[in-house]
Amino acid sequence: MAQSRIRALLLAPAGIWYLALLVFPLIVVLIFSFGERNPIGGYAPGFTFEQYANLPARFAAFRNTMTLAPLGTIAALLIAYPLAYYLAVKVSPRWKTTLLILVIVPFWTSILIRSYAWIYLLGGNGIPALLETLGLGEFRLINTPFAVLVGIVYGYLPLMVFPIYVALERLDKSLLEAAADLGTPPWRSFLQITLPLSMPGVLTGSVLVFILLTGEYLIPALLGGGKVFFVGNALVDLFLQSRNWAFGSAVAVALILIMLVIVALYTRAIKRFAYGARRDDAGLI
Amino acid sequence: MLDAYAETGEAMRASSETIGGQDASHDHVAEFVNVTKRFGSIVAADRLNLGIRRGEFLSFLGPSGCGKTTALRMLAGFEQPSEGTIRINRSDMSAMPSYQRPVNMVFQHYALFPHMTVAQNVGYGLRQRRPRMAKTEIGQRVTKALNTVRLGDFSERRTWELSGGQQQRVALARAIINEPAILLLDEPMAALDAKLRAEMQRELLDLQRSLGITFVLVTHDQEEALSMSDRICIMGGGQIAQVGSPDELYDRPASRYVADFVGKANILLGEVVARQGGQAKVVLGCGSEVLVSEASVDNRHNVEVIIRPEALGMSAAPQNGTAALRARVTHRTFLGDHTEYRLQVEKTGALQVNLTRQAERALGGRGVGDDVYVLWEDGAGLILGAED
Repeated sequence: MAQSRIRALLLAPAGIWYLALLVFPLIVVLIFSFGERNPIGGYAPGFTFEQYANLPARFAAFRNTMTLAPLGTIAALLIAYPLAYYLAVKVSPRWKTTLLILVIVPFWTSILIRSYAWIYLLGGNGIPALLETLGLGEFRLINTPFAVLVGIVYGYLPLMVFPIYVALERLDKSLLEAAADLGTPPWRSFLQITLPLSMPGVLTGSVLVFILLTGEYLIPALLGGGKVFFVGNALVDLFLQSRNWAFGSAVAVALILIMLVIVALYTRAIKRFAYGARRDDAGLI
Repeated sequence: MLDAYAETGEAMRASSETIGGQDASHDHVAEFVNVTKRFGSIVAADRLNLGIRRGEFLSFLGPSGCGKTTALRMLAGFEQPSEGTIRINRSDMSAMPSYQRPVNMVFQHYALFPHMTVAQNVGYGLRQRRPRMAKTEIGQRVTKALNTVRLGDFSERRTWELSGGQQQRVALARAIINEPAILLLDEPMAALDAKLRAEMQRELLDLQRSLGITFVLVTHDQEEALSMSDRICIMGGGQIAQVGSPDELYDRPASRYVADFVGKANILLGEVVARQGGQAKVVLGCGSEVLVSEASVDNRHNVEVIIRPEALGMSAAPQNGTAALRARVTHRTFLGDHTEYRLQVEKTGALQVNLTRQAERALGGRGVGDDVYVLWEDGAGLILGAED
């Protein structure tokens, strides 16, 4: 009796919070997505699949998101893995903490401010001007998909570095000695031992970054200049500019479904890599 | 300083300087020649000279930090000597990385690959061979190795599903399948409970005999080393204190350190009054005169005498013809097959005597607080060598 009361007390704050601020709004969004647009803007009750049928109208936003988010994730992974490996395996303990802090520090600054810095760097007076002075030709970087890619990789890199770093840090060094002892040169033991055993970190970092990228709207808005449009930007537009709440809700539901599929795939994948660890711990981000 | 080399150690050192480490009397599978290892300012291994005989079971024994693990890791190639040379099968290992050395190791915590099945773990070493070994050949050898360690039915299991003892046998199979020149064992029994440990020790011995591979074991457990080894290399402070068979170490310890480390030892101070034929007449602090063996005769006057608790006798009255020390019983501990007596001898100190059940019956019910006589047979005990 006392046990269940304690459990209720422990769960109540979070439970109420989630119900009121997550589940309830989601239900509202789901209901709206089957409704209609009020002629003066906002939502009018109804039951129609018209909004979902209309989704191809935002195809460009989905296409941009679903190309740049995977690309950004892969680029972040390719940059983060060697860095995480260096931090976890190679760097001397003296410098480790300092370097780790250096990775996090930019993360403490508002993404808005950092994106404005990139606007300048990628803009006409920034890197393109430098390249031109060096006689390497004319470049336009700002307001291109490339600028958005640079922005998102930069912004989300720490989220990729840390899970990989933790996985590599936890890697039992005696496994590498065992591999060497059994006749494996270092580069091969990286492929056979280190890489497979750091996969949980790779997967966690990738899904974390990917999910956040699919919902991203600030970086495409600032560095894409309205030309590189993410689903997030479409949502802002639909809810705040054209005030088409019903269609906006349908877009939002579609995005949530995509994310759910990805998380489901991730959960399945990570279980394969939960070597010996308690399986329910594996999905821990 | 514990710079006392056993005969073999001396022979090794002398021969290595002359004929390239080839001992005249033994075929050495590996040799340490003046090997020193420093980690910063710490000397982990100090001028090691040791020949490991082909086919023997050799143990490095010592407390933690004595350098035994460093010695093993240098053989495996995980550490490089700061000075000196390690040879395996007569070739210098200085430039040879661990993945090219003909040795395999059973790690303390087994270091099994968690992302591979038992069979994949065991076959790992064979899969690393270039040119590649045929898959069917690997499969056959894995099955054979798993049967050797009685894990034939476990090939498709995940390593983390196995018990500690089973994991250890996987580690063993993974190492021996490569038919190494030397199998290195880094405290492999430390994580097992006592019963399982005894069982594994027997299995390991059987395995070593049937395979004929040289085994080098690192342990801090003297019983383990005594019961399993052909020879033991006792280490302390980074140096080799003594190398010898278990009997040699027990009966003729070269130093107080070895005497203390292997078995229980009474160490008494005395004065030599006469020497003859490998024996010395020693007067102990209490005034009693005893006849003691001496391994390496020198001219020291003040010496330390070691005598094992079971080498001493006890009686209620002095006996004719046998040296006796007057003592008082302070503790009596009954241990089943024998009984330990702690005694106090005037001006000499505490003494332990172990009596069998039979000898105790003859003593006639003397207990704590009673006066007794400790009997010292002529020639029992040994004068410890000089320490420099």
